[in-house]
Amino acid sequence: MITTTKGEMDESLLEKREGSLDNDNETTTWVEYWLEGELVHRSVHVQLKRAVVSFGETAEF
Amino acid sequence: MANTQAMTTSFKVDLFNAVHAFNATGIPAHTVSTADTFKAALYVTTATVNATTTAYSATNEVSGTGYTAGGVTVTFGTAPNSSGTTSFLTPSASITYTTVTLSTSFDAMLLYNSTQSNKSVAVYTFTAQTVAAGTFSLTMPTNDATTGLLRIA
Repeated sequence: MITTTKGEMDESLLEKREGSLDNDNETTTWVEYWLEGELVHRSVHVQLKRAVVSFGETAEF
Repeated sequence: MANTQAMTTSFKVDLFNAVHAFNATGIPAHTVSTADTFKAALYVTTATVNATTTAYSATNEVSGTGYTAGGVTVTFGTAPNSSGTTSFLTPSASITYTTVTLSTSFDAMLLYNSTQSNKSVAVYTFTAQTVAAGTFSLTMPTNDATTGLLRIA
């Protein structure tokens, strides 16, 4: 069963579409389920690659 | 308007003042023995969250079925660590928004300290997404000096 915008639906009734993207910042995958041309479910998973880094510095007297 | 990934400048200042406590270990500046609560909020693509963001705000935060304003709690089960001259810290679990419908495109997550007046920590950006009756999850990188989510080099 798939959770959709129309409630729980049997997966066999739905068209499944999957996609992904990969770049320097992230690897992202998604899965969509469509019912007669209408998007009824979309889940997204993002793998972060790029952290935020702070560089400590000291001043001279 | 655009969102920009950054460790917020106010957080860098807060570090010197020991405002934040990600873990109860080694925080003598704090008078409590429990870690603070950190949360992750999502922002729409028209928001402006960046290094100048000082605290969580509901302005331009995503909204939709299943999403609670303020976002979800982030788990820091591992104490801050260091390797060489770099300290690092990464949430010990994925940040997950379960069974949500977020119809307006969003592309940023603000990590903030809900215990300390919602003070900001960092902003992370990603490709704009929407979610329909589904799950949005942010999987964490390896917690080390090279890829840890928060690093001070």
